[in-house]
Amino acid sequence: MSLVDYNTPLGFTWNGKAYQGFEGDTLASALLRNGIKIVGRSFKYHRPRGIMTAGSEEPNALVTLIGGGSQEPNRRATTIKLFDGLEAKSQNHMGSVNFDLLAVNDLLSPFLAAGFYYKTFMWPRAFWEKLYEPAIRRAAGLGALSATPDPDQYDKGFLHCDVLIIGAGPSGLLTALNAGRAGKSIILADEDFRMGGRLLSEREEINGSNALDWVSSAIAELKTLPNVRLMPRTTIFGVYDHGIYGGLETMTDQIGAKGAKQVLWRIYAKKSVLAAGATERPIAFANNDRPGIMLASAVRSYANRFGIEMPNSALLTNHDDALGTPVDHVIDIRKGEHIVDTQGRGGIKQVTLNTGRKLSVQHLAVSGGWNPNVHLTCHKRGRPKWDETLACFVPDAQNLPAEMHVIGAANGSFSTHGAFIDANTVSELLGVKSGALPAAEDAPVNITPFWYVKGNKRGWVDFQNDVTTKDITLAHQEGFSSVEHVKRYTTLGMATDQGKTSNVIGLAVLADATGQTIPETGTTIFRPPYTPVPIGAFAGAHRGQHFKPTRLTPSHDFAAEQGATFVETGYWKRAQWLARTGEQGWRDSVDREVLMTRNSVGICDVSTLGKIDIQGRDAGAFLNKVYVNSFKLLKVGKCRYGLMLREDGIAMDDGTTARLSETHFIMTTTTAKAGPVFRHLEFCRQLLFPDMDVHLISTTDQWAQYSVAGPNARKLLQKIVDPEFDISNEAFPYMACGQMTVCGGTRARLFRLSFSGELAYEISVPARYGDALIREMIAQGKEFDAIMYGTEALGVMRIEKGHAAGNELNGTTTATNLGLGGFVSQKKDCIGKVLSGREGLTGEDQLNLVGFVPDKKGETLTNGAHFINQGDDSTPENDQGYMSSVAWSPMLETYIGLGFLTNGKKRMGETLVAKDFVRNNHVEVKVVSPHFFDPDGERLRV
Amino acid sequence: MIINHPLLGPRDASEFTYLGDASLMQRPNPKSETAIDDFYRYLYLRENTPGEHRELWYHEQGDRSWLVVTRNISTHEITKVELARDVARSGT
Repeated sequence: MSLVDYNTPLGFTWNGKAYQGFEGDTLASALLRNGIKIVGRSFKYHRPRGIMTAGSEEPNALVTLIGGGSQEPNRRATTIKLFDGLEAKSQNHMGSVNFDLLAVNDLLSPFLAAGFYYKTFMWPRAFWEKLYEPAIRRAAGLGALSATPDPDQYDKGFLHCDVLIIGAGPSGLLTALNAGRAGKSIILADEDFRMGGRLLSEREEINGSNALDWVSSAIAELKTLPNVRLMPRTTIFGVYDHGIYGGLETMTDQIGAKGAKQVLWRIYAKKSVLAAGATERPIAFANNDRPGIMLASAVRSYANRFGIEMPNSALLTNHDDALGTPVDHVIDIRKGEHIVDTQGRGGIKQVTLNTGRKLSVQHLAVSGGWNPNVHLTCHKRGRPKWDETLACFVPDAQNLPAEMHVIGAANGSFSTHGAFIDANTVSELLGVKSGALPAAEDAPVNITPFWYVKGNKRGWVDFQNDVTTKDITLAHQEGFSSVEHVKRYTTLGMATDQGKTSNVIGLAVLADATGQTIPETGTTIFRPPYTPVPIGAFAGAHRGQHFKPTRLTPSHDFAAEQGATFVETGYWKRAQWLARTGEQGWRDSVDREVLMTRNSVGICDVSTLGKIDIQGRDAGAFLNKVYVNSFKLLKVGKCRYGLMLREDGIAMDDGTTARLSETHFIMTTTTAKAGPVFRHLEFCRQLLFPDMDVHLISTTDQWAQYSVAGPNARKLLQKIVDPEFDISNEAFPYMACGQMTVCGGTRARLFRLSFSGELAYEISVPARYGDALIREMIAQGKEFDAIMYGTEALGVMRIEKGHAAGNELNGTTTATNLGLGGFVSQKKDCIGKVLSGREGLTGEDQLNLVGFVPDKKGETLTNGAHFINQGDDSTPENDQGYMSSVAWSPMLETYIGLGFLTNGKKRMGETLVAKDFVRNNHVEVKVVSPHFFDPDGERLRV
Repeated sequence: MIINHPLLGPRDASEFTYLGDASLMQRPNPKSETAIDDFYRYLYLRENTPGEHRELWYHEQGDRSWLVVTRNISTHEITKVELARDVARSGT
């Protein structure tokens, strides 16, 4: 009797050859069913390896799954649920898995001991990069990536429960029944696709009948309870703060299947019960890694659960539990016998005992005892304690993660009876009544610790990283005695299996070498994840375009229709320029946009700028605190430019703020700083000035806002703004603002602001009218040749005017640096004022924002260039500052630049060299005023 | 981590932005003769001892409250969560 469905055959291929397994098989059981012994080659020595376990602890059977035009390496064959059409191949060999050219490494093993990289490839030094490293990289590693994008989908989700039960063996199932019947919300997660734990693999009785019947009825009852969520194939891989658990649910192993392949769950549990069972450990003896040598528990799993017989077999053990394994010969260490060597290159053929006796076998079951799966108890830095009687580490109740209980074999209660007792005890602790105790076996643990066979030959401890008893002893001889050092020097327990089968044996070997006990030797710490989690699962749906959200401006569709090229600024996509047919490259478009705007009128979408609505009796006083200049006395119906500092005196952001009424202001921020400024204002409001009557709300997304600039801006807007509103120069002068209606009654706000230096306005309407407004303005502006312009033209015009932007407000510059020192009000305090007066930010030799033009007209400026006095060497000591923004000015027909120059204000007319070693562009530049175009601002006041 | 918001109940830490030590609410008097030194200490100097800290967290993906969170930085245990504005008003 087994748990596979022989009526449902499933075809699969292994290394290109077709085979058949059945529903209920893992890939590992299907391979064994087909007599395949060698499933891979070992990491370092390329020794043939076979399947060693039947669970997630498998160190050997790492395979590559193929499908969907891609492949996934290093999958454990023991955890892959067989499906029809599965395609897999072995890995880590040159040539075939049965004849691996790199197996020569095994003969070279005397030279490949612990630390061999450090010892062997020391010199000549020059050989490392060119010869050693490439060769080692080619030979090292296990599977290979496909180097194509992962075709699979992954998802993420959140779950909440009263009790998370980790593991659905006898103790987990009984706890779930008790708590589920009491109405607690329960999640029962198990990494296997079938629940039942070891009961699936043993032949036991519960309440006098087959244990599988009890498992089936328990699951059937749990399925009827709406408050219980059963999650098979879900590995709880990590314990995090405050009752948060990471879970990985596998929906399918098929690459390229429809829907999510895996789901990463973040589980919030008020309490958890760890019922994760135990992992059997092997015994290290010479050549104990041959195909056909398996853990005894795996032999029973394959026999009982999967119906695969292992004929001609022997068992090596030191305790009673393994004696139930169906074998022909038993080698009981407690009776003085053990194995000193094995023979059989492609699979075990013979074992040699210490007594000289030789046994011909095809299968060898090994058991050195069981290690409770304490991993999750250590994720919050708890350490397990050594139990002398059980000869294993058990969880230390003193330092478990908060609200976690451990039961069953994970707690060292190895018998089924013990597991049930634990389950009923923990149920009482959870505040629920426990049911009748099911009757089950209660065999005591009867073990004589035995870890490894002493001798000169290699006995494998860590099968996946090829670490042997000799490596550990050698590490100790070379002075590595701390367990953490030995781990890193030998790589013991550092493979993808995290040393599930090897850690404790490694400790025992080290303990012997150092003359200490195992508890004195200590353990290395377990960290998440318990088993590997694909990066794709952490990413979930956040890939490619969906890595971050996309914000579109209200004019996006219109701009796209006009042939706009978009640039990403944060999450926003903004029109960068809008090319017309015949234009050769972006500069043509940008030059045209600047000229058309400066000659007539251009419109730019500025909705991305942050807008913060500030209201309250103390709104003006509040603005006085956050801006360096005064706003308290700003007249209603007026705007003002404001500069904001960080408390350390460095410029944080700038923008204009308009006063709509005594108690109502609209602040604009730069696009990049919209979020941080809002956070800063809330900090000031709630923490520094908690008694001010002031309220903030971000309205960035609620208003579509356009800059309308150029000599014809007013004429165009007079066709848009409803006639009852007078926006003549007299009624609505420079820096005026007001609320009005447009296009026959649509609510709008108008601000007479200019970033371009032209007669200009910013007009805003509720965001839903943004698309209609841009289309209407362009249509009404036809007689003026009105155009939409992008962020490049915006940038050119602001550099022509010498306005600072993100390149200048770069987190290192002060008001003085920016030429705005005079803005800082001397009559009041503001954030950043005190520290902007500290040593180093004041006095002589400050950087000043000035303008630059190339000495020889036509030469190209590049930003990032550093200024050096003519004749000086290009050294950091001679650095005079740096270029922050450059542009080709179509108005002045030359390159122009803004930059920070030491004492720049006093150096007008000087010639310096702008050196750009990145782009190898060194240009002689003349220092000029940063206000290149219309320095007196006549155009914006007309 | 989970932060027990005084108004909204338990919320995941990913909804919050961390700023720093709660002493940042005690902005020095800018008119003091020792203002530059006071602000320097206020902005840059921290005790940074293990154990309990009072920290400022901002519920950016929520109601925009600034909170004072008392958290043991060795164990991540959170023992107290207060609205920062209330703390600022009471002057503690």
